[in-house]
Amino acid sequence: MVRLTVNGEHHELALDPRTTLLDALRDHLGLTGAKKGCDHGQCGACTVHVDGRRVLSCLALAVAQRGREIMTIEGLALGAHLHPMQLAFIECDALQCGFCTPGQIMSAVALLAEVDHRRELTDVAIRERMSGNLCRCGAYPNILAAIRRVRT
Amino acid sequence: MRPFAYVEGVSVADAAAAVHAAPTAIFLAGGTTVVDLMKLGVLAPATLVDVHRLPLGDIELDDRRARIGACVRNAQLAEHPDIRARWPVVGEALLSGMSPQLRNMSTVAGNVLQRTRCPYYRDPHSACNKREPGTGCAARTGWDRDAAVLGTSPHCIAVFPSDLATALAILDTIIYTRRGDGGARRLPFDGFHRLPGRSPERETVLDHGELVTHFELPDLALSRRSHYLKVRDRASYEFALASAAVALDVERGLVRDARIALGGVATRPWRCPAAEQSLRGRRAEPAAFRAAADLALADAVAGAHNGFKIELARHVVARALTELAARPG
Ligand SMILES: Cc1cc2nc3c(=O)[nH]c(=O)nc-3n(C[C@H](O)[C@H](O)[C@H](O)COP(=O)(O)OP(=O)(O)OC[C@H]3O[C@@H](n4cnc5c(N)ncnc54)[C@H](O)[C@@H]3O)c2cc1C
Ligand code: SF4
Ligand code: FES
Ligand code: FES
Repeated sequence: MVRLTVNGEHHELALDPRTTLLDALRDHLGLTGAKKGCDHGQCGACTVHVDGRRVLSCLALAVAQRGREIMTIEGLALGAHLHPMQLAFIECDALQCGFCTPGQIMSAVALLAEVDHRRELTDVAIRERMSGNLCRCGAYPNILAAIRRVRT
Repeated sequence: MRPFAYVEGVSVADAAAAVHAAPTAIFLAGGTTVVDLMKLGVLAPATLVDVHRLPLGDIELDDRRARIGACVRNAQLAEHPDIRARWPVVGEALLSGMSPQLRNMSTVAGNVLQRTRCPYYRDPHSACNKREPGTGCAARTGWDRDAAVLGTSPHCIAVFPSDLATALAILDTIIYTRRGDGGARRLPFDGFHRLPGRSPERETVLDHGELVTHFELPDLALSRRSHYLKVRDRASYEFALASAAVALDVERGLVRDARIALGGVATRPWRCPAAEQSLRGRRAEPAAFRAAADLALADAVAGAHNGFKIELARHVVARALTELAARPG
């Protein structure tokens, strides 16, 4: 039995040790926000938070997450109130197909928590710190604008 | 992925003994190399012994050294204020590689023990002596644009890709281990990674079941003035085509001591002793740096598509030294 805490809820799952955190979230808990893009750590579509840090759920084994606090895009909004980053993505039109978007948003939320002074976040710094999240639609300019909006 | 048993290591001794006892067991740390290669079918361990919760996650410092636990996360090391001040090359190397997500997951030991990105190694259907000894080397007659130009053998030409290891190579790093039979070793970083020779499948001097526990960085006169420069196919989130870790001890314009290591072009972290020696006593200026760069690449041998790396690496070495000499120090 694997015990997982996801978005504040406790779950006990019977999982094969081969199950990645991404597959546990999507196939066993029905949380399909985190996406499977490359499944090899290269695209960032599967980004979730583990103990507050952004990680790639496709390279994390579910069995190794005992006792960790996992947060997915589904846990970001407070009830009916979207997270400011979700609102900014909508307002800035920071997506086209939307496939990379949950990963982009989880990554961007963690990014803001990683720096001591948001002033450090120049456009160049944001681009560098978001470089692990690829977007095949090339929505980068508006993703940058959305993060800039929340930064200030 | 082949089925495997997952075991959580409860102590250093116990984790080492568990892998030692089972010929097909391996350690699991952040999993960013292991899980990736298991999905591809390149690694197929029967048992994974998870070490990421062992008490090896601290960075301890005093005036003379840093002691870095094997399971310290790469992000944690890159951001540590004292490491950034006293060994800047370490943080610069780490921040030039991976993505923030990967740096949050992966560990220092896992980084130094990561596998090559050679595309034939990653494809179980290709001939590859490193993955399956005796099958040949598909890269030698195939796509070798990313392959090494230094330290190659007829049996393997794969690049060892770690940025961090390139930095550690110039810092007199010591690796501490615990063996599966209970013994412990203190291994100099120089010589830790093996040349491919006739047995490219053996990448380090570690024995089966030998757990890396710590890395020690001594405080050196030149470690505060150290620098990492990396050139890659895109601006970020990519492995090196060529990189250099450099350090300089300069007094009144004269080089007292220098360190140079190359990444992205060699089969293991590549120190350049002749190039370093050529700088001692010389003026710290671009002409001397260019001459040192020529020496660093003097033994390079190109394959069909990777000849550009030799010239590129020369420029990277010369530019890294020039940038470093221009820093206030
Ligand atoms: C998309 C992508 C991009 C990347 N880009 C870069 C880059 O630009 N530069 C770069 O340098 N690297 C890069 N990497 C590689 C990355 O640095 C490594 O995957 C990572 O550092 C491995 O650390 P880990 O803790 O996840 O190791 P794991 O995958 O858990 O383990 C790696 C190896 O180390 C062994 N091991 C782990 N801990 C110990 C220990 N304490 N003692 C003995 N053996 C141990 C394991 O058995 C395994 O063989 C990239 C990886 C990916 C997936
Ligand atoms: S270069 Fe090395 S890793 Fe690549 S195919 Fe040849 S033997 Fe395998
Ligand atoms: S699906 Fe995890 S990084 Fe692409
Ligand atoms: S919006 Fe389509 S991949 Fe980013």
